[in-house]
Amino acid sequence: MVNDKSIFTINDFSIYYGNFKAVNNIKLPIEANKITAIIGPSGCGKTTLLRSLNRMNDLITTSRVEGQVLFQGVDIYHKDTDVIELRRRVGMVFQKPNPFPSSVYENVAYGPKLKGIKKKSQLDEIVENALVRADLWKEVRDKLNESGLSLSGGQMQRLCIARSLAQEPEVILFDEPTSALDPISTANIENLLQQLQKTVTIIIVTHNMQQAARISEYTAFMYLGEMIEFGETDTIFVNPHNKLTEEYITGRFG
Amino acid sequence: MQDTESIHKPFMLVRKKRFNLKQGFFLSLIRMLGFAGAITLFVILFFVAYNGIHVLSWEFITQPPVDAMTKGGIFPVIIGTVALTVFCMIIIIPIGVTTAIFLSEYAKPGLILNMVMMSIYTLAGVPSVVFGLFGLAVFVVAFNFGMSLLAGSLTLAIMVLPYIISTSEEAIKAVPNSFKEASFACGATKWQTIRKVVLPTAMPGILTGSILGTAKVSGETAPIMFTAAAFFTPGVPQSLFEPVMALPYHIYVLATAGTHIEETRPIQYGTALTLIVLVLGMNLLGIILRSRQRKKKAW
Repeated sequence: MVNDKSIFTINDFSIYYGNFKAVNNIKLPIEANKITAIIGPSGCGKTTLLRSLNRMNDLITTSRVEGQVLFQGVDIYHKDTDVIELRRRVGMVFQKPNPFPSSVYENVAYGPKLKGIKKKSQLDEIVENALVRADLWKEVRDKLNESGLSLSGGQMQRLCIARSLAQEPEVILFDEPTSALDPISTANIENLLQQLQKTVTIIIVTHNMQQAARISEYTAFMYLGEMIEFGETDTIFVNPHNKLTEEYITGRFG
Repeated sequence: MQDTESIHKPFMLVRKKRFNLKQGFFLSLIRMLGFAGAITLFVILFFVAYNGIHVLSWEFITQPPVDAMTKGGIFPVIIGTVALTVFCMIIIIPIGVTTAIFLSEYAKPGLILNMVMMSIYTLAGVPSVVFGLFGLAVFVVAFNFGMSLLAGSLTLAIMVLPYIISTSEEAIKAVPNSFKEASFACGATKWQTIRKVVLPTAMPGILTGSILGTAKVSGETAPIMFTAAAFFTPGVPQSLFEPVMALPYHIYVLATAGTHIEETRPIQYGTALTLIVLVLGMNLLGIILRSRQRKKKAW
């Protein structure tokens, strides 16, 4: 369907926690420079799947995977994969805004500094650039030295997006990024995501079906660890092929 | 509103009455026992302060003892205690914090972790005089440091180690997982995450624990008795390998070993008061730091 333009190709991919199979034999292509939404009821494995794309699941010692995830044609679960480099190129924004308890500037400069960039002028440029792209520069340009935790919830989340953008990632994974935010901050973030997709591929897990319908190009519906249906968002929401998808979207369960 | 109140009132009254006797009795019992701790502290404080306050003066804390310690001040004694405590902390904080990092971030659950934890808990329960004997056998004799500032600091360091480890570990474990996740997602290695996110966030907690540990150490007598404390030194120690006078040992000496026990009573109380003020001051500093950092904590 979209294989030729895929940045991620997920092939027969399963994830286990101990003996529990959280994600079962999933096939999913992710098209570059588009927004792909993953929806489904709680516990369906969508967050687990998302966190496997930058190998954040490695932090859970009991987890293991089967199958393949190709990122630009390279298997990210190959034993020679550089996980650090992978996480630089595939950023992540979490459900609860989690800036570090340091200044706005230090938050954004965190990644570049780890990479070894030390020159102040270069860092200044990266920080400004990332904050502009995250649509936060105007609000924080005068308080770059204030604590990231002093910002409002929506600003904190955009700060986290800026922190990710500072690494110039090709993909950013969003794990229910607006579920802790008010409607206005949510709208700001949604607008921001639509701007960002020109330069960054976005994969977003969301509980909010309207959100998926509003912003995404493609939608994947998961249920009990299985990929039930995947396709263009318009098709999924207007004319779903699967009965489960239809029932979930129309609010009959979930 | 009026109606519900009139309906509920009689029932509430009945219930209150039935519960009042028992509840009231136990509540006052608990309150009394709770106060008992505070009262004990204040009685001791008052007793020492009442007997010692008239001795305290600028001269008392800045002059050395004279006339076989029956007159003069306690300056070298204070310096001795401060030196012992400071060197002890310089030695033990890096070791304690490193151990805490290992235990909370690297060690995998299993036999080794259990053994290390068990040893630390046991170490915390060893009587302080045993540490003193250990220090004598190892640092004073085997390492040939002699009765010295260094031997005493090392002995105190081993004694306070479990405390430093457990407070640091607590502070490190209190760092929210979301901070660590954010760091990993930025492409940080485990060590970078610990150094740049975990430790700075845990630092106030580690500092508070260290200050409270310092307060604990500065009042100890038994560990320094065989390893560092001198009956009398003419002045301030000039090197790590000299014995020192120390506040708790000085009180012990004046109160039991001299020929002028009655005569030096005021100096004994004055020394005790100085020690209490020092320890309370450090505890207060630790408590203030802790409450400030709790208020500042926004996560």
